[in-house]
Amino acid sequence: MDNLQLLISGLANGCVYGLIALGFVLIYKATEAVNFAQGDFMMLGAFVTIGLTNTEYMGLPFWVALPISLGVMAALGYLLDRLVIRRMFGQSQTAVVILTIALGFVIRFVAGLIWGHEPQSLENPLAGKEVSFGGLVLGLEDVAVIIVTILLTWGLYEFFNRTKLGMAMQGASQNQLAAYYMGVPVKRVQGLIWGLAGAVACVAGILFAAKGAVDPNTGLMGIKAFAAAVIGGFGSLPGALAGGLIVGVIEPFASRYVAAGYSQIAPYALLLAVLIFRPHGLFSQVRVKKV
Amino acid sequence: MSDAILKIRNVESFYGPIMAIRGVSLDVHPGRVVSILGANGAGKTTLMKTVSGVMDPEKGTITFEGEEIQGKEPHKIVERGIVHVPEGREVFPLMTVDDNLSLGAYTRKDTAGIEQDRELVFNYFPMLKDRRNQEAGTLSGGQQQMLAIGRGLMARPKVMLLDEPSLGLSPLLVQEIFGILKRLNAEQNMTMMVVEQNASAALELATDGYVMEVGRIVMDGTAEELLNSEDIQNFYLGVQEEGVREERRWKRKKTWR
Repeated sequence: MDNLQLLISGLANGCVYGLIALGFVLIYKATEAVNFAQGDFMMLGAFVTIGLTNTEYMGLPFWVALPISLGVMAALGYLLDRLVIRRMFGQSQTAVVILTIALGFVIRFVAGLIWGHEPQSLENPLAGKEVSFGGLVLGLEDVAVIIVTILLTWGLYEFFNRTKLGMAMQGASQNQLAAYYMGVPVKRVQGLIWGLAGAVACVAGILFAAKGAVDPNTGLMGIKAFAAAVIGGFGSLPGALAGGLIVGVIEPFASRYVAAGYSQIAPYALLLAVLIFRPHGLFSQVRVKKV
Repeated sequence: MSDAILKIRNVESFYGPIMAIRGVSLDVHPGRVVSILGANGAGKTTLMKTVSGVMDPEKGTITFEGEEIQGKEPHKIVERGIVHVPEGREVFPLMTVDDNLSLGAYTRKDTAGIEQDRELVFNYFPMLKDRRNQEAGTLSGGQQQMLAIGRGLMARPKVMLLDEPSLGLSPLLVQEIFGILKRLNAEQNMTMMVVEQNASAALELATDGYVMEVGRIVMDGTAEELLNSEDIQNFYLGVQEEGVREERRWKRKKTWR
């Protein structure tokens, strides 16, 4: 029973990691850049929602605040690409990596200036409620996190496979040049992917802040999500989610069954193992191009 | 002959500091197939890329249906009706054949027309229909080339740019694909501009031809004229005249140099 409880809370955590990892992979696949500020996007999304919802700030109803903050974060992602990243076109990948790392710092300081450095949690309709069945007591938030993640994943899957824009995004990430030749406005599509990644990060942030508390340094969790993305095979969306879940589940079990000092390193130990034994990740989509 | 649908005038394009095409002019008339022959590095692909907007020319004009299109975004050019079937096929490897075709029609909104064209593509390439749910990356080279051509057709282009459709294919497949291209030209009145190293296949398909060397056009004419030209026979078709002795003692010079 205990293990089941650990599993559920691990899965809930893992969903948040998975969603951040999803953001990493979305941007990487589309633009071959890694956005190391993805974790900070998540934190910022959480704070924007807190700023709109919590009574000490604007006190809007949660369901009103939700679309606004999603929109704000999507716009932020889009504008970031439009105004900053796109100008780096032609520069080396390292330049983009360093830029996004620096951007992470900026977001952290700005968030600290606006909302302070104390951990805060999001006031939400589900806060503090519990469900129990069969002797299992679960926070309603944990259950909600899992359900929301499943729905979002399903929605993204449908979007990528059923809509024209989603197909164009897939095309642009699989073969950018061919997408140009087919008349896909690749740059605009890439901007939209940054927007999508911003919105997904925002969902992750809301889920995280609803079941725990965020402070400006929460964004550093992005590193764990990065590990999750690598474990899943950087470049595979289902892999990113699965990697997130694996990291999320490993953590509580490691802290329960492994000596205290070692539990923290469990996700990274797994990362190393994966890199050694399956360098393309667990769910890689690597296919050598035929000539 | 009717007015040219695509006119290229004095176009110069650069790869960084290197001038890849040095003032090229050519005409493509509706319903014709124009072949551009040339060795590696002659600038054929650059010319194609400049027409389709992936590269911007430094100088010169490209006029399509009376309007200048040089330097426009690639998707604007596809919308106007020029589609580029790139060298090396460049399919979307993780998507199914069907989805690849759908992306080919990205700039179109007429669902009924798109489905009609999908049937048309399947009609010309029955193999694609059999494999419509297969991932494109798992197709063989020849099948991928057929998919790339079919995907290009899905845009319902007025002019199709084909870059090295014979690249890396067996002679039999080259024959098959060029046969289909010939049918497309005859039955659909498809205007094409074909870049090729395989000169005999290209000239057989073409109605007009240009020869490019180091960024310039050095010769042009109808396909027939080119086929009968001694220079072309010697340098592109590999026909060798018999000398007085068994082997030739001198190297022939190209007459355009």
